[in-house]
Amino acid sequence: MNLVERIGHWVLIYVGEMGRMLIFVLSSFAWLLRPPLRVVQIVKQVHFIGYKSTFVVVLTAGFTGMVLALQGYYTLRKFGSEALLGSAVALSMIRELGPVLAALMVTARAGSAMTAEIGIMRITEQIDALDTMAINPLQYLIAPKLVAGLIGVPLLVAIFDVVGIYGGHLVGVELLGVNHGSYWNSIESEVEWEDVYGGILKSISFGLIVSWVCCYKGYYTRMSAEGLGTATTEAVVLSSVLILVWDYFLTSVLL
Amino acid sequence: MIRLVGVKKTLGGQPVLQGVDLSVPQGKLTTIIGRSGEGKSVLLKHMIGLLQPDEGEVWVDGTEISRLRGHALNEVRKRFAMLFQGAALFDSLTVFENVAFPLREKLRMKGAAVTNRVEEKLDQVGLAGMGHKFPAELSGGMRKRAGLARALVMQPEIILFDEPTTGLDPLMAKSIHDLITSMQRKFGFTGVIVSHEIPEIFGISDYVAMLKRGRIVAMAEPMAFQRTADPEIREFISVGGTVPLSAAPSGG
Repeated sequence: MNLVERIGHWVLIYVGEMGRMLIFVLSSFAWLLRPPLRVVQIVKQVHFIGYKSTFVVVLTAGFTGMVLALQGYYTLRKFGSEALLGSAVALSMIRELGPVLAALMVTARAGSAMTAEIGIMRITEQIDALDTMAINPLQYLIAPKLVAGLIGVPLLVAIFDVVGIYGGHLVGVELLGVNHGSYWNSIESEVEWEDVYGGILKSISFGLIVSWVCCYKGYYTRMSAEGLGTATTEAVVLSSVLILVWDYFLTSVLL
Repeated sequence: MIRLVGVKKTLGGQPVLQGVDLSVPQGKLTTIIGRSGEGKSVLLKHMIGLLQPDEGEVWVDGTEISRLRGHALNEVRKRFAMLFQGAALFDSLTVFENVAFPLREKLRMKGAAVTNRVEEKLDQVGLAGMGHKFPAELSGGMRKRAGLARALVMQPEIILFDEPTTGLDPLMAKSIHDLITSMQRKFGFTGVIVSHEIPEIFGISDYVAMLKRGRIVAMAEPMAFQRTADPEIREFISVGGTVPLSAAPSGG
């Protein structure tokens, strides 16, 4: 195979994969519109993706806010602007770090578990069993997870933002001596609703990316233990990379 | 009746089925035998539309199902049940919930009606009182029994069994075979079993078919099948001890 043929071969593989991914997500949403609406399944998945990720998200958010305050304080002090620490922490959290880091943590904790769960169901023929019972696996298994990603990740991001801002308060105000009032006043005066909307938009799209990629990789896993391991790794890597790439494009549009 | 006509299937670049012609008689137990890797499970999955043939036709009574998708395929599948090799029970549900699953999801049944029907099926397969256990807590044989209860609960016309006794000890394998036979006699469903449990399957099947090199090379009633003159079939079934390799064939 010469170089051109090889490039063509890989292009065809990737275009085919992208097409499959798109059909997968569109079919899943199409099945969601058909009765019955699986409310119990959706709630279970929101519990799994959202509630069970809360601890790791709170932990990450707290330390992210604290380190932001620490770095921000020493940078702002050079310009005599320590009073702006609150807005620096809050804007970084709400616009950027909250959505991105929360989504990355959900990918690592819930996304990988989703891929493994669906992959095992594929390998042990549980997905085929659903098919034989005339129950569409996209409707029963995948659609609730996609919806749960759309609901769960924005809620986690909201928690991330609040905890992060309080983490910044802990270090900035309690440890480094920034004035309590100026910390919160600068947040109130500098943070606009557009910043919050932007963060929400990002968190919704990241929620879709995580559940979409992780469900897809699990659903089409190769029928072996090695295949399942590869699928889980690929899901985490692809989901993380897509979050960061999509973040750049979304930010450039929103700014 | 299930009828396959000239079914061909290639998987991963390897031709697996190379023109399968097979008619499965209604209300009987038909067993498909063949070496490991011959494509017996692949053949079974064509009958319920889990795989589609590259060429050929799959008929279920008057309907050609190989080109059906979505709702139309699901309508045909409502007549089927399948017992998978590993039973394919849902890990996150208890045995009771597994057996109740198709009733709740497909028939939207609730309450005592579900409980009565599930308890009855669990009792029939010898799992009375085990409904609260999770699949991971069951032995291989019990998982197969639970899978069989789930297959029976919708009272299907056709049940496909994918190597129902693989991985079980001989006594457990016999009890599963006996269970399949007694349930078939009781409910009269059409059964297709994929197995290489020779000679046991000769005792439970109404018909035996052999898949070799991607084709059905023989199909007959068990007694006639064991008298085949084909040396390759004789070699295959002689391993199970039913036909001595040196014995001369006594008929077609």
